[in-house]
Amino acid sequence: MIAPKLMHADEGQPPSLKSSRPQEPEENARNRAENQEEVIMKKTVFLGALTVAGLAAGASAAATLDDVKARGKLNCGVATGVPGFAAPDANGRWEGFDVSVCRAVAAAVLGDSDAVEFVPTTGKTRFTALSSGEIDMLARNTTWTLSRDVDLKFTFVGVNYYDGQGFMVPKDLGVSSAKELDGATVCIQTGTTTELNLAEFFRANNMSYEPVPIETQAEALQQYNAGACDVYTTDASGLAAARSTFEDPTSSVILPEIISKEPLGPLVRHGDNEWGDIVRWTLNALIAAEEFGITSTNIGELSAAAGDNPEVNRLLGTEGNLGEMLGLDAGWAKAAIMSGGNYGEVFEKNIGENTPIGLARGLNAQWRDGGLIYSPPFR
Amino acid sequence: MTTMTDPHHQGGFKLSMLIYDSRYRSITIQIVALIGFLTLIGWLINNTGQNLADLGKEPSFGFMTEGAGYDINQRLLDYTSTDTHLRASFLGLLNTLLVAVMGCITATVIGVMVGVARLSHNWIISRLMAFYVEMFRNVPVLLWIVLAMAVMIESMPSPRAFRGEDPAATMSLFDTVAFTNRGVYVPEPLFSNSLGNIHLFGTSSLRFDVSLDLIVFLVVFIGGLLISRMIGKRANATQEKTGVRPTVWHIRLAVVAVPTLTVLWALGFYLGYPELKGFNFAGGTHMRNSLIALWLALSLYTAAFIAEIVRAGILAISKGQTEAASALGLRPRRTMSLVILPQALRVIIPPLISNYLNLTKNSSLAIAVGYMDITGTLGGITMNQTGRELEAILLLMLVYLSISLTISAVMNWYNNSVKLKER
Repeated sequence: MIAPKLMHADEGQPPSLKSSRPQEPEENARNRAENQEEVIMKKTVFLGALTVAGLAAGASAAATLDDVKARGKLNCGVATGVPGFAAPDANGRWEGFDVSVCRAVAAAVLGDSDAVEFVPTTGKTRFTALSSGEIDMLARNTTWTLSRDVDLKFTFVGVNYYDGQGFMVPKDLGVSSAKELDGATVCIQTGTTTELNLAEFFRANNMSYEPVPIETQAEALQQYNAGACDVYTTDASGLAAARSTFEDPTSSVILPEIISKEPLGPLVRHGDNEWGDIVRWTLNALIAAEEFGITSTNIGELSAAAGDNPEVNRLLGTEGNLGEMLGLDAGWAKAAIMSGGNYGEVFEKNIGENTPIGLARGLNAQWRDGGLIYSPPFR
Repeated sequence: MTTMTDPHHQGGFKLSMLIYDSRYRSITIQIVALIGFLTLIGWLINNTGQNLADLGKEPSFGFMTEGAGYDINQRLLDYTSTDTHLRASFLGLLNTLLVAVMGCITATVIGVMVGVARLSHNWIISRLMAFYVEMFRNVPVLLWIVLAMAVMIESMPSPRAFRGEDPAATMSLFDTVAFTNRGVYVPEPLFSNSLGNIHLFGTSSLRFDVSLDLIVFLVVFIGGLLISRMIGKRANATQEKTGVRPTVWHIRLAVVAVPTLTVLWALGFYLGYPELKGFNFAGGTHMRNSLIALWLALSLYTAAFIAEIVRAGILAISKGQTEAASALGLRPRRTMSLVILPQALRVIIPPLISNYLNLTKNSSLAIAVGYMDITGTLGGITMNQTGRELEAILLLMLVYLSISLTISAVMNWYNNSVKLKER
């Protein structure tokens, strides 16, 4: 990866490198995509930092959309494996609630929901991966906070899951409230807001605890199941997902206290608002589709010709030019919705009450049903 | 003779001579290469600064004084989540140094024993040692660390197993030590008439408490050792003079033991035993499983290299030395300790330095088992929470560089003091 960039310097282009990424011939771009495939798995935080340092030439410039189109693939950062949210299935195909957002964006931009390169990131590597340009967007149950938005320079395009941090303990410990956890050993995924919430919760309640910082959920669960920590804490949805993988899911209880607000959503880098708009409105399209009753089964019919509802028509491209405004085809939203169904379908399929994860809609119901899921109008 | 020299130009220096005159050519090439290199570096730095500025993230180290917000489980000094990132990094640094020092000591001890044992004439012992060395040298240390951690977690009982009427696990060594999968709880030394602490650096992020009890104890103990050594020297002198060695071992033991025990008694020394309380054991010193796993794996791994260095050092001493020593009537063990090892040290020390450096740098793999060393605090959580990748990595590099250079300096000084003095 270094060599081609340095060659640009020799060609006398450093000024353009700083301000905007030079137009590369298609072959070059393809090579770059291949290179990225090779290194993606091995990238460490350090390499990521170096990339920010030396080579993130076009990070601030626009044209993520052009890059994705030239590459023919969307590089999407996901978790390393959270059942229901992002995990490869038995055939190695990535599935999950967060993964569906990636697939919807790929479908909207490239017309192919499989044109996604999934980049597994840990809580620690995800931001470096995004700001260095290794990934185009991050859909990895990431909490929207002020400092991440302002200081880390990321744009959260919306919320796809309203969550809160909870605690899981083995049933035989006999704990019924998080206030009884004084002195407990707590496993946490390091590099998350969870870590900070936990410190604040125990400080505010004047309790002590022993944190055990863990890189991935799998390692944390290994320690939890061996009894090396009493408590595992992460977002309540993550706890439900983790519990679903246990041999005996009833052996653990999730405590009633939810100690934080964790609005989770996809995010992109600052500096490319057009790209941010595309991801934002793709997510909104899924949400609006549920509101208007557009499902993966009736979408063919609804998009065939303009119907009675003008907003549905605008959304599906049979009326108006919303797709053109975004720099996409007229059928962008149709493709996005077809990739996995509307928001409700995605929810039910991956984490709903009929899945092993078994999460109720709760706050994540449509606003008409008393939830917080709400899309601005398509106009 | 004159065919090889350049012709002398009339009219002095010309610019073309920079390339065509062999007196100047090499210098010209070096200067051009240097300029090219510096330009490249300058471009990299400039580009980095520009890119970060475009991202709106101008390099700044101000984040180090902001509140850290996270907790650290192994704290050698007082620390709460309201302390600064600098404080958190400082604690991480101490944890790094702790595991590095512990690792270097055990690796040296094990390495020397294994290195000597591998040269044993006993077939089983030498083969066993060869097996050990090859096993550890040829598997990446990260795997050993993870394996050690997995063994600790899976094979030891959790504190819950100690509870109840008929517990599945009990404490070892007369109920003083608890082996659990969260680590080992050992008795801790406590003083009922404690002299308190010295507080260094006030309330700054680098504040440091030193126990006065420990200082007093160490002063008395080391003083005793020095006096004991003087007595030993005098006994040697008497032996040289008269041929009879006076019996001094009981005096030597007394000058060390009596003052030390008196001080311990005066300070009201007692042991605090771990006991099951709530979720965990309370009291005693908690050696976390992450520390033990990291320490064991690093020590055993580095010891394998040190063993080979020791073996090479011993083999470098000619057989004539051993033969001469046995001709003088020295037993094999004394031959090793008095004749062979002192000479072998000169060969051993320089590569030993680099193994100490390796161990220290390998300790940055601590994050694999959740040990909060400086890579875990400054290079992990702090970097992630503040998003200051470049600054954090630069600081981290600076820290490791300083540690390594310090180890090098100390070991080089030691090497100079033991190397062959040529007079």
